[in-house]
Amino acid sequence: MIEFLHTNMAYLLNGISVGGQYALIAIGYTMVYGVLRLINFAHGDVFMVAGLVMIYATTAMPMYISIPLVLVATVVLGFLIERAAYRPLRSAPRMSVMISAIGVSYLLQNCALYFTGGLPQVYPSIPFLSESVTIWGATTKMVTIVTPILTLVLVIILVLLLKYTKIGMAMRAVSKDFEASQLMGIKIDMVISATFVIGCFLAAVGSLLYFTNYSSVIPTSGAMPGLKAFVAAVFGGIGSIPGAVIGAFIIGICENIIKGLGWTTFSDAFSFALLIVILMVKPTGIFGEKATDKV
Amino acid sequence: MEKTLKPRSEKKTENFIAIICLVAFYVLLFLLDNYLPRNSFTTMLIPVLQKSSIFALVCVSMNLLNGFTGLFSLGQAGFMLIGAYVYAMLSIPDEYREAVYQYSGGTNIHFSIPEMLQGVIGQSAGSFFGAIICIIIAGIIAGIFAALIGIPVLRLKSDYLAIATLGFAEIIRAVFQWDKLGKITNGSYQLRKYTAFTDMNINIGGNVIKFTSIFPVFIAMLCILFIILLINSSYGRAFKAIRDDEIAAEAMGINLFKHKQMSFIISSFFAGAGGALLAMYQTTIQAMAFKTAMTYEILLIVVIGGIGSISGSCIASFLFIACNEWWLRFLDSGSLFGIVPVPFFRDGFRKVVFSVVIMVIVLFFSKGIMGDKEISFKGIGGFLKDPFGAKRRKAKKAVAAAAAAEGGEGNE
Repeated sequence: MIEFLHTNMAYLLNGISVGGQYALIAIGYTMVYGVLRLINFAHGDVFMVAGLVMIYATTAMPMYISIPLVLVATVVLGFLIERAAYRPLRSAPRMSVMISAIGVSYLLQNCALYFTGGLPQVYPSIPFLSESVTIWGATTKMVTIVTPILTLVLVIILVLLLKYTKIGMAMRAVSKDFEASQLMGIKIDMVISATFVIGCFLAAVGSLLYFTNYSSVIPTSGAMPGLKAFVAAVFGGIGSIPGAVIGAFIIGICENIIKGLGWTTFSDAFSFALLIVILMVKPTGIFGEKATDKV
Repeated sequence: MEKTLKPRSEKKTENFIAIICLVAFYVLLFLLDNYLPRNSFTTMLIPVLQKSSIFALVCVSMNLLNGFTGLFSLGQAGFMLIGAYVYAMLSIPDEYREAVYQYSGGTNIHFSIPEMLQGVIGQSAGSFFGAIICIIIAGIIAGIFAALIGIPVLRLKSDYLAIATLGFAEIIRAVFQWDKLGKITNGSYQLRKYTAFTDMNINIGGNVIKFTSIFPVFIAMLCILFIILLINSSYGRAFKAIRDDEIAAEAMGINLFKHKQMSFIISSFFAGAGGALLAMYQTTIQAMAFKTAMTYEILLIVVIGGIGSISGSCIASFLFIACNEWWLRFLDSGSLFGIVPVPFFRDGFRKVVFSVVIMVIVLFFSKGIMGDKEISFKGIGGFLKDPFGAKRRKAKKAVAAAAAAEGGEGNE
């Protein structure tokens, strides 16, 4: 066992790191789903746009300005998407909102294609995160160690925020019962905007960490991590934040172990197989609450 | 979606007009394939017609699921991939097999259906009918996969169903790219040299008759006709009942699983056939191309045409493909009308304009072009007489005024 761990240390570390990055994206999915009952297909593309903003910002500005700029720009983008594409459809059937999300995803990808000219854009190396370190014989980048710690810190802050602040309480109320919370005087639109802001902020942090491991960003590079993070959210029980984090770590680690075993083709398929199994066996996920259908 | 019974004579005239229009359309296509000179117009028109008929078929098959049965499935690209691969694998001539599969170390398939038929009924007819048989087999295999996938997946509801079918499509893509299956699927390398649209010509007594664009249009139309007949049958009414209210439908004695499964299999059959046609159109295929983005594109075409309208899907796919491949090309060219340089007209601008238009349709015209209505000659006639609905609105107002004058007794 120890021998196995030692030889596969690089994959394992990578898995934990990727898992943390997925977790940061997955929280965005799970919170939006909890509040709006919407699979925000555009979330993965928001993540990709954050990567592109970082690339363009660093060509013009020093690192200490561009990183906050990326965070702000992503948050603004998420806010605007909600405002323009989801709010007008608040009373429309759920499927129309989902189609709108797919449309936004298509729009963001095509805009990215237009601005990048279809060429892969080289991601800048962030000073501290890109340094390499050696842990137990496995050489890796600093980001591998920073990611899980940062993820856990952010998740704890988020959970505290949801538990003790007024806006957090409102979010929980809205995800419990949309109509009743409206009757209780909660400003629904503000709560939904706040959800998108938090989700996009975490996605921006995730993109800073994720793309440090990759050399470049292309318009479709957000799609796969986005889908996997969604799988993680479903796996953990959609609507539950600890569930999403645990699901994301499991998927990240399993995926990298599969890569280590030489089955790279199936590393993406694995996530989806896991999704289908969990939907068959326990559709509410590990931590999900059981929903009852009223006739 | 109530269906009013029309007087027999009216229906007869309508069918008569429809048949005349169809015949005229095919005569035009025939002329286009064989006699019309190749200029900048016809060389663009042929591929646009081919591709849009393929997309029309795939969109209608998706509409059967999403619009008529209420199953929000996002697995279309996966079934198209199965269809395209099965078609290509069955129709690569034996002499080219070694060259096509050279990176995978040869292949285990040593027959080609078009070639086998060529030995019996002649060179050109062999590849023509061989292609048709391959398309049917491609559809059947896609249908079998759908039957297997449907057993677990169709128990899920709305967005869970969407994400599970999307997941299966991704798994299918991974399996086809797997290098261990390289001797069958050629792994992640492309398949080529199979029978394509350019081989669609029949040699009758020395005269070669080309079917380059008639072939896909005819096959797609035949499949769409079948779907229309299905939707108008009692099964179709059961599908619509399931879409409108599952629980009520079940209470009326409709076997939910059986009908959902049926709709799913039939839709996948036609998606597979559409995939086979797409393979013929592209002349080379690679599993990489069948990503979820393709499903999204198909879904957006369905939405533009109107969810629940078959003629809408057909019109939208023609508009989408024609704009994408032809009419809006100038947006990428860097200048307006080839003279005025516009700085932001460069590669990809067409797609941006496109997606903005799509978002506008999704947000403000959620019914799409046709809503859930179908095109009929009576409707076209009515439209020509009263293009903006002014008269109809006036008539409606008059009726409402008459009702109000009666004291509104009719309302409550």
